[in-house]
Amino acid sequence: MAGQYLDFEEPIIELEKKIAELKSLSKNNGVDFSGEIRRLHRKANRLKDSLLSRLTRWQRTQLARHPSRPYAMDYISMMTEDFMELHGDRHFGDCHSIVGGIARLEEWSVFIIGHQKGRDLKEKMYRNFGMPQPEGYRKALRLMKFAEKFGKPIITLLDTPGAYPGIGAEERGQAEAIARNLIEMANISVPIIVVVIGEGGSGGALALGVGNRVLMLEHSVYSVISPEGCAAILWEDCKKVEEAAEALCLTSDDLFKLGVIDEIIKEPLGGAHRNPAATAGILRRVLRRHLQELTSIPPKDLVEQRREKFRNMGAFKER
Amino acid sequence: MAWFIRSKTPKEKLKVKKINIPEGLWLKCDSCKEIIYKTELDRNFRVCPKCSFHHRMNAYERIILLTDDESFVEKDTGIYPEDPLRFRDVKRYKERLKTYTKKTGIKDAVVCGEGTLNGRNVQICAMEFGFMGGSMGSVVGEKITRAIERAVNKKNPFITVSCSGGARMQEGILSLMQMAKTSVALAQLSEAKVPYISVLADPVTGGVTASFAMLGDVIIAEPGALVGFAGPRVIEQTIKQKLPEGFQRAEFLLEHGMIDMVVHRKELKNIIDKLLTLLR
Ligand SMILES: [Zn+2]
Repeated sequence: MAGQYLDFEEPIIELEKKIAELKSLSKNNGVDFSGEIRRLHRKANRLKDSLLSRLTRWQRTQLARHPSRPYAMDYISMMTEDFMELHGDRHFGDCHSIVGGIARLEEWSVFIIGHQKGRDLKEKMYRNFGMPQPEGYRKALRLMKFAEKFGKPIITLLDTPGAYPGIGAEERGQAEAIARNLIEMANISVPIIVVVIGEGGSGGALALGVGNRVLMLEHSVYSVISPEGCAAILWEDCKKVEEAAEALCLTSDDLFKLGVIDEIIKEPLGGAHRNPAATAGILRRVLRRHLQELTSIPPKDLVEQRREKFRNMGAFKER
Repeated sequence: MAWFIRSKTPKEKLKVKKINIPEGLWLKCDSCKEIIYKTELDRNFRVCPKCSFHHRMNAYERIILLTDDESFVEKDTGIYPEDPLRFRDVKRYKERLKTYTKKTGIKDAVVCGEGTLNGRNVQICAMEFGFMGGSMGSVVGEKITRAIERAVNKKNPFITVSCSGGARMQEGILSLMQMAKTSVALAQLSEAKVPYISVLADPVTGGVTASFAMLGDVIIAEPGALVGFAGPRVIEQTIKQKLPEGFQRAEFLLEHGMIDMVVHRKELKNIIDKLLTLLR
């Protein structure tokens, strides 16, 4: 997983290489470099902290799409026990860009549904690069209603470039599938916790995003359109992605300030991909806290609260 | 009634101008390119008498089409957009807003209010494509939500006429959230058992299709209207092939089970009336 890195991560990688070299030197030659190693470790940590806090919004977008960043299935396997994946929308097919099922998370049985990207080329193709077909959204809705029937909380993990724009997707009602989830999620009488774990790509992400709580991992992004799409349309120049990312305000801090999300979940130093297990641990603790709060709320109030939350979104003036 | 011709080339513009200068009475059909008498087009609900092409109507023309004379009372006219992201691309969002307000005479891309349709009270929202491509930002989301809430409270049938390129990029994530906001409001309308008729006029794409526009109890499209999630250009670029003839058009959607009917503009009011009468 550590094999791939982005250009702005290079200084960290260099330091880590040096630390590894020193470690093997001390092991093979019996010389004690532990003082030096500790010093470099501290330096690496400071560097991770300062590098990631100074990233532009475009770099943050790249980090959110980092090829080594944990995906939904990684979190599911690290955070939960006895995950049983369930398949199919019962209408047309099983979309591999959305996974879902039942699992045990601490003392709760929960339904977990998430977008799933692929790691290597073969899996990327199998997962359609995390871009769901309408069947994916319909499967998600089926599982949410299933969860509701048995009074189980729902956790959704958002990580997609967007819903797939293809002929079949249009024929089978991509827009309707997304819209249906938005209205139905307003009715579900069990707790829904939404976590953006990577790339929250437009309507394709929002279709799993109507929750009682909406949380974002620190280095994830959530946007109405990708910087690439925005640059192509508004600047009419695909190279203006940096400007577009800046203008779109798509980072977790931006969304928190805009009142769209409830909480930013801090990632380990250097980002989730530097320490997936620690990230999963943090996420599990955060989810436990929200589950504790939400499972004590009566179903009617959960629905009311969720509706109220989205009712109030937006910024306009009135005279 | 405001109308204009969008010309492809300056040469064409000249030609049209020459024809129009003497009386301003003639224009050229966008589809069949035949010359039509303007009053004839207006009398025919802006549908070409030669080829039946449905020319775009502005939001007020839509409302006039569907409500009884002088019955319409516009609501929430005091809501206007702010610029929460201080968005700037090649132009400032604030500048764009000014330009479009001047051009259309309205403050954002939707006109909402109440009126009667063959004597029955309805809440109606019509989108204005001329205002930033009918895009949905916070104002559109709020006005539609308020109209839905009025429909719930007064038990008035709810009608939307959608004509939009989707969510407005210049308000970023807040525009995306309007999809959820309007859909969540429709959940209340549905609970109140108030009918919702969604009319789709060319074009409806992106975040508007993927929210309230596709959630009507009955969905009616105008002939030939382009309706989809992704725009045809995006799809072509993704799949790297040409799209089939008629793809994403109203008739295609009807065939694929996505809408209830394709209705000629002159029938629209009566069809909605019939539906609402039967549902009463
Ligand atoms: Zn014609």
